[in-house]
Amino acid sequence: MTFDFHDLSIRELSRNYGRRRALSRVSLDCRAGEIVGLLGPNGAGKSTLLAIVSTLAAASSGEVLYGGHTAKHIGAVLRSRIGVLSHDLHLYSELSARENLVFFARLYGVIDSDARASEALRHALLFDRGTDLVSGFSRGMRQRLALERALLHKPRLLLLDEPFTGLDDASTIGLIDRLKSLRAAGCMVLLATHDLDTAEEVLDRAVVLRDGRLVGTEADVRGLRKRYQDRLHAAVTAP
Amino acid sequence: MRKAFPLLLGAAGLIFLTAPVVIARAPFESTMGLVQKIFYFHMPPAMLMLLSAFFCGVMSAIYLVKRRAQYDWIAHAAAELTVVFGAIAMVTGPLWARKAWGVWWVWDPRLTMSLLMWMIFVSYLLLRRYGGYGSETLAAGLAVFGMATSPFVYISVNIWRTIHPLTTVVPTLPVDFAVPLWYAFAGFLLLYISLLTLRVRLEEQRAAVDLLYLESEE
Amino acid sequence: MSAFWRVVWIVARKDLAIEARSRELINTTVFFALSCVIIFAVSFVRERALGDAAAGILWVVIAFSGTLALGRTFERERYADTLRALLLAPSARPAIYVGKLIGILGLLFTTEIIVVPLVALLFQARLFAYPVLMSALLIFGTIGFSCVGTLFAAMLARARSRDVLLPILLYPVTIPVMIASVRGTGALLDAAPQLDMARLWIMLLVSFDVVFLTLSLWTFEPVMTE
Repeated sequence: MTFDFHDLSIRELSRNYGRRRALSRVSLDCRAGEIVGLLGPNGAGKSTLLAIVSTLAAASSGEVLYGGHTAKHIGAVLRSRIGVLSHDLHLYSELSARENLVFFARLYGVIDSDARASEALRHALLFDRGTDLVSGFSRGMRQRLALERALLHKPRLLLLDEPFTGLDDASTIGLIDRLKSLRAAGCMVLLATHDLDTAEEVLDRAVVLRDGRLVGTEADVRGLRKRYQDRLHAAVTAP
Repeated sequence: MRKAFPLLLGAAGLIFLTAPVVIARAPFESTMGLVQKIFYFHMPPAMLMLLSAFFCGVMSAIYLVKRRAQYDWIAHAAAELTVVFGAIAMVTGPLWARKAWGVWWVWDPRLTMSLLMWMIFVSYLLLRRYGGYGSETLAAGLAVFGMATSPFVYISVNIWRTIHPLTTVVPTLPVDFAVPLWYAFAGFLLLYISLLTLRVRLEEQRAAVDLLYLESEE
Repeated sequence: MSAFWRVVWIVARKDLAIEARSRELINTTVFFALSCVIIFAVSFVRERALGDAAAGILWVVIAFSGTLALGRTFERERYADTLRALLLAPSARPAIYVGKLIGILGLLFTTEIIVVPLVALLFQARLFAYPVLMSALLIFGTIGFSCVGTLFAAMLARARSRDVLLPILLYPVTIPVMIASVRGTGALLDAAPQLDMARLWIMLLVSFDVVFLTLSLWTFEPVMTE
């Protein structure tokens, strides 16, 4: 049973945790072949939004439509088209790089899991470290491996939560290139970050969240850092 | 519900004020005498505790499906009241048992089941207090499991006790006792409903304040 | 349906692979169980044989070791939040629960193989007199404890204070399992062994297992959704 979708529609999404409002009536649309940024300070609700879109969390109200259908309507097969890379990386440090990839490939229903794992190791530039345990890898190496893990099942929607944190320049450039080639291949990328310089390089457009609400959209990301800082500065010094 | 609240509380208060008269007028039980009258303060809370536990379980199950905050507030309030009414029952119970039958506690099916339900809902409150983020969902799951295990507790202690029968037996009530009992039950029930309403309203107000606070920032 | 069992097997095999490499859980759980037995032996043994108490001690040790094993199994999934990655798999989420449950059962059964003879020895309890019934008690009792335990441990994997909250939540709910298992074992150890009573307790355990396994499968997804 295969399923695919080419647009994502987030409508009036809200989420409360007890008394805390993590998200408040957020709406957003994305299409295949786009990289959309979620910007905002810590606690703005970016991670919560990604969690709901990835089906890990439930919304208190509002809905997310994948090609016009809700997650409940589509069922578990929706997750075969979604890939997630969070700052926790989701890798078993007691297993080797290859074992991690083969496990997740099988779990996500990839048919030729060994071949796909080899291909992923090559993309991550870790082919000769395939049998080494992940516990011995640096942050950058784990990040590359984790990204390939998220892409094993060739998802349509890729959700990234602070992917540039702790990366050196070379790894950052590598990640940016990978994202651009994914965009060219028709992937839809939703990327949460507060690294504005890098964001300018890779995003098509962005939305800004604060205290769970959508406070702005950026259709043109050039000069993003300056405008964003001005906006924050204004908010802090306003009477 | 807002308008009804003072009325409920008033009615409950009235019943509690007049209850001593009704209870004093009730006949004395043959073997226990005056001591038996604590029963009117023991049985209604005990019954309400079990009903409240069941109610919390049902609200929790609905919350797990629908995820609307109101169900969570009601479940939380019901759990708190389960613990409170349970505490009343478990203090008055041993006091009565000691005087009437000479023991503080027996492991009979009903008592054991009540004790376990009380403990499960104390752990519900501990989970909500110390579990951190997302503990509403986890506590809802616990309440459902707690509800599901209570018949098993009853049955297993029942089987256990048929091998070692108890020497004490809780008497069945003749009609004369029924009137003051239901009177006391009505009083406690009204108290329960008013406390539940008050507690849920507290959560509503808190949520409203948070919303106002957020909106004032715009 | 076979997709469900495929995922179960993949998850269970992964746990087995990790465990086979380090043997951390099995070593520490077994040794903890041994320490518990020794503490009880030192505290309870008198000149005359204890008989019935051996049943209680055996199951208390299983409950304590089980609680530790459950916590540690999910601690592994918490480290890089791999639990979320498992939940993102395009399969029915309860399959992950069953995969984890099988791992826990393997761990506990292995521990019991070592602990049961030790208890029999130290407390002079004839635990091997009726091996079929004793095995049935061990199997269905452990399943009952583990099916609720796996759900609660998964639920608490990302919660605060999870180490102490797991036993606080788990023990009251699994009291029927303890009662049935201890009483059933006691019935076998009695001077006049009551095989029919033991069979009755086994039936109660089986019905508990069926009910709570079903309940866990139903509630796993709602409870694990944040």
